[in-house]
Amino acid sequence: MKRRRFWLSLGLHGLLTPLALLWLAPLWLMLVFSTLPEHEIFRVPTPLLPGGGFFENLASLQADTNFFRALANSLLVSLLYTLGGLLLSALAGYALAVYRFRLQGLVFSLIVATLTIPYFVVLIPQYILVARELKLTNTYWGVVLPFLANALGVFYMRQVFLSLPSSLLDAGRVDGASEGRIFFQIALPMVTPSLAALALILFLNAWNDYLWPLLVLSQKEMYTAPVALGTLIGLTRVSWGGIMVGSVLMTAPFLVLFLLLQRYFVAGITAGAVKE
Amino acid sequence: MRTKAPFFFLAPYLFLFALFWAWPILYSFYLSFLNTRVYPWHLEPAVNWGRLLQDPFFWVALKNTLFILAVQVPLMLALALLLALALNSALLRLKGFYRFAFFAPVVVGAVAYSAVFRLLFNTEFGAVNALLRALGHPGYDWLYTPGPAMAVIVLALTWRWTGYNAIILLAGLQSIPRELYEAASLDGAGPWHQFWHVTLPGLRPVLVFALVLSIIGTLQLFTEPFLITGGGPGNATMTLGVYLYQQGFRSFNFGYASAIAYTVALLAAGFSFLQMRLWRER
Repeated sequence: MKRRRFWLSLGLHGLLTPLALLWLAPLWLMLVFSTLPEHEIFRVPTPLLPGGGFFENLASLQADTNFFRALANSLLVSLLYTLGGLLLSALAGYALAVYRFRLQGLVFSLIVATLTIPYFVVLIPQYILVARELKLTNTYWGVVLPFLANALGVFYMRQVFLSLPSSLLDAGRVDGASEGRIFFQIALPMVTPSLAALALILFLNAWNDYLWPLLVLSQKEMYTAPVALGTLIGLTRVSWGGIMVGSVLMTAPFLVLFLLLQRYFVAGITAGAVKE
Repeated sequence: MRTKAPFFFLAPYLFLFALFWAWPILYSFYLSFLNTRVYPWHLEPAVNWGRLLQDPFFWVALKNTLFILAVQVPLMLALALLLALALNSALLRLKGFYRFAFFAPVVVGAVAYSAVFRLLFNTEFGAVNALLRALGHPGYDWLYTPGPAMAVIVLALTWRWTGYNAIILLAGLQSIPRELYEAASLDGAGPWHQFWHVTLPGLRPVLVFALVLSIIGTLQLFTEPFLITGGGPGNATMTLGVYLYQQGFRSFNFGYASAIAYTVALLAAGFSFLQMRLWRER
């Protein structure tokens, strides 16, 4: 029996290891290409080890598009999106979990129903609203505003607050604290790990979002990183090394975060999939 | 206890929700019956839906989208299931390494990996053709031949989303009570039997969840075909998402784009309903 387990285990590793390396290859090559001059990137056989040309490529990327500005825009937009989305989701999720009020079931069902409706259905009216009615094209708020009402966030935070023992909140009430104080000073601090998981997912979504910023941003100075990088893809006279540097700068911080905080990413991704 | 607190807690969210989600769902339905090619827009019920039926580009986009749905989604979910089983197995060591390798694409943005895939599948210099030539195969003109272009999209999507689904399935596996396996084991059930009678039934809700998410995602596929192949060559990788973008934001025909959007919604609702029916607990 022990022998059999050994061979099975060996076989499993033998199958999975090449597959894992194949899966890592695009990321590894992205990193390698970002450090090589143009003629090296296109060398056959494909170079597998990094070189020393990262900063030259960064310079050509910066010449093709103002990528530092785009990264700063992305950072700002993602922070607004995350903090705003977090606050609104937590408030709404808390209200739905802790209180009993009329039409509560209906409100919750409506919010959850939008999770199953394709985003395309709201895309055009959102665009008309943001671009034509509110005139928010080429502004940070135009990028962020429609996503502050995040249905998944409310669904997730409601679950989180439902598992909070109500005796703790009641203790606050006995002490005469206002409902707002109870929320901010008792309830919120107790769910920080869940807030962190939601924050990571919201930030990641905002950071990588492409279609919506592409629609509402037309001025180069306002481009987010994906939009800026997207304008270079498919052009002929453009530095591939530069594009790879852009890809690395967009991706590497999250790969590091993922290594350190995998637990929280997983919690955010599985939110809604597994009932506790 | 009576308090106005929940109203204040919900108000900011519900305001934005009504403005950016509830109203748009209704408005785009209305838009799909408007002729938006002339100003002022006016009601002309058949103009968009009638055009949809006869528009060859729409049918190509629909066919391509359904092809990806039929090929890529089952491939990816089967792979994700095998991966989740392997990662959940006591036989596997170095789990941290494998988890990182397969889960890392989850944090990679569509634009970044589309750029990498374009480069990897470059006809003359790309790593994939370099490898094929080393193996004695002439390689393909990947991005400029219909079949191979579609293959690149399928591979790119599979690379990006398999780990994501494996995370969900792994969570599902870990939520199956251990006692069920012990009981099955006591009844003399082997690993194969346990898989069919304990694991798969236990995974059903999570599998349906992953499947429905994948279907909705695939029906709205945009960034990858837009950036990797531009919907080409010809319209070989044109998806409903890319076509909607072209109609809505290149031609600014909002009415027609809304009709396409609602087609996607109808398809998504249909497929989701079908899944629930098929997988319903008996």
